[in-house]
Amino acid sequence: MMNIDLKKSKAVTGAEAVANAMRQIEPHVVAAYPITPQTPIVEYFAKFVADGVVRTEMIPVESEHSAMSAVVGAAAAGARAMTATSANGLALMHEIVYIAASSRLPIVMPVVNRALSGPINIHCDHSDAMAERDSGWIQLFAETNQEAYDLTILAIRLAEHEDVRLPVMVNLDGFILSHGVEPVEFLPDEVVKEFVGKPKRVYPLLDTENPVTYGPLDLYDYYFEHKRQQVEAMEHAKKLFPKVAEEFEKISGRKYDFVEPYKLDDAEYVMVALGSTNSTIKYVVDWMREEGFKVGALKIWMFRPFPKEKIQYYLNGRKAVVVLDRSASFGAEAPLYEAIKSALYEATIRPRIGSYVYGLGGRDIVPEHIRKAFMDAIEGNLLVDEQRYLGLRE
Amino acid sequence: MKTKQLLKYLRIDRWPTVWCPGCGNGIILKAFLEAVDQLKLKKDRIAVVSGIGCSSRATGYLDFNTMHTLHGRAIAFATGVKLARPEFKVIVMGGDGDLASIGGNHFIHACRRNIDLTVIVFNNMIYGMTGGQYSPTTPEEEYASTAPYGHIEKPFDIVKLALSAGATYVARATVYHYNLLVRYIKEAIEHKGVSVVDVISNCHTYFGRYNGMPEPYQMLEYFKTNSVTLQKAQTMSEEELEGKIVIGQFRKEEKPCYMDCYRELQKKAQGR
Repeated sequence: MMNIDLKKSKAVTGAEAVANAMRQIEPHVVAAYPITPQTPIVEYFAKFVADGVVRTEMIPVESEHSAMSAVVGAAAAGARAMTATSANGLALMHEIVYIAASSRLPIVMPVVNRALSGPINIHCDHSDAMAERDSGWIQLFAETNQEAYDLTILAIRLAEHEDVRLPVMVNLDGFILSHGVEPVEFLPDEVVKEFVGKPKRVYPLLDTENPVTYGPLDLYDYYFEHKRQQVEAMEHAKKLFPKVAEEFEKISGRKYDFVEPYKLDDAEYVMVALGSTNSTIKYVVDWMREEGFKVGALKIWMFRPFPKEKIQYYLNGRKAVVVLDRSASFGAEAPLYEAIKSALYEATIRPRIGSYVYGLGGRDIVPEHIRKAFMDAIEGNLLVDEQRYLGLRE
Repeated sequence: MKTKQLLKYLRIDRWPTVWCPGCGNGIILKAFLEAVDQLKLKKDRIAVVSGIGCSSRATGYLDFNTMHTLHGRAIAFATGVKLARPEFKVIVMGGDGDLASIGGNHFIHACRRNIDLTVIVFNNMIYGMTGGQYSPTTPEEEYASTAPYGHIEKPFDIVKLALSAGATYVARATVYHYNLLVRYIKEAIEHKGVSVVDVISNCHTYFGRYNGMPEPYQMLEYFKTNSVTLQKAQTMSEEELEGKIVIGQFRKEEKPCYMDCYRELQKKAQGR
């Protein structure tokens, strides 16, 4: 768990933390449309614009479809462009989400995770992010407001790296983080500005000496090759992420990686999850450790590209692995479980493995639920093909 | 009319509503129910479709066939409902942000197509649910959370938009003009073809607070003093009309609606 110096930190919501990261990054263009629970990020940022704190061009557009389109246009023109959204807003962006990735535009977008309709629900789950998992965006998940702040800054460097040039979603759990207050240690403005630097303009639209075109018809002649390049770019992102994280550690003292192990050294039973639930899992790990159970946790910071090697490294040889998913894949295994299970196919000593879906539409997850899942693992009561549910009325 | 008589049209178990005390949405909802009651429509022959926003929550409270859909898409869903059940009275309820911004395209195309829908625009000139951002009907120079120094964009005039897009019934009233509102909604429901009622409503919580009218009565007072009838407006100059809300029935004409043309085409194609 990250140590935060309370004396140096401020009590802020996740939205305020992320908005301040955006303030320090000071993108050239922000285009956004309001959607709960993303709205306060844009509200805070709009205030920075209105107060003249940043020189960003802010465009309150008429839909998320337009927000992502405007940001794609700005990024193609060579600007550093950002937006933020949630759930149906992200779903409405969907077709341009793919355009951003395939045009290799390094847009960074905080996504405040919220359940996708219907029925309409405004609370947290990961169905919005999972609907975009194959879009070609790098996907990072924050456990705390501090991480949401840090990852937003770090994401700029990763996205804009010449060998990567891919957009990044920084996921933070709706309401739990976006509206929940936690201590956050902010970096000095000039430190962030130096860290993110000036964006390198790669084939900008407005370079009239060297005109280029983005997105022209690309049929069976070259489309396939371009997709192959996107696959390669994701591999580059995987290679470069540790370097960017190391540089971020130098300025912040906070270390990021693909995953975060928690009390894993001698752990026999490991729980894997995304986002803020990891804090509750750590609490339960501490609690059960006091009772002598050898339990631990593995938090996934980076979901796309999927850090298979790290997963194998940390999970190989454990007695059992429990995977928690805050989204379902109807008719198939839950997305994180599927990915972890697939990674463990190549493990030399495969652990037993179990899938637990929890928290859809903001349903609360409490320590007892997590303990129950751990106890299933400890008691040898896991079935590889059975999807179970935590906190569900059945 | 006594509110009690209208309770049969509501899902009282869903109360209280999410609307702020004094919100104009309640007035519009009541006017709609009164219109339905006067027309003696059967509850199960009415479908109400809404998108996303404060006003779109109305479908949760109405005891008709109701559908709460996606932001901006109510008209598209309603078009499907009408095609499947032409005998239904299909009513769309939505805000200015929903119907004129993110769903603006559906709005103009429904008007152009003259499909038999009634569109009631709860036009409070702001995004209420998400925190007072300016909407496509926020007047120039007014304030909003995203326009702290005054709004620089020109607003849509929903009535003019509907007229030029081809709507065959177009009217406007404010929530202050309750009886007029009932009449227009009633006429709109009875009208065959697309009918649009632009209802100027109060979001005192956001629009009002940002623009010096934080109390509901202040906004109603504003609507009262700044509204002019269409008849009177026709005698006024453009300068005199500056900042005024023109209320009245702007168009009412019978034209073949989409379903009629569709059936006609069917007959022709099948050689009947």
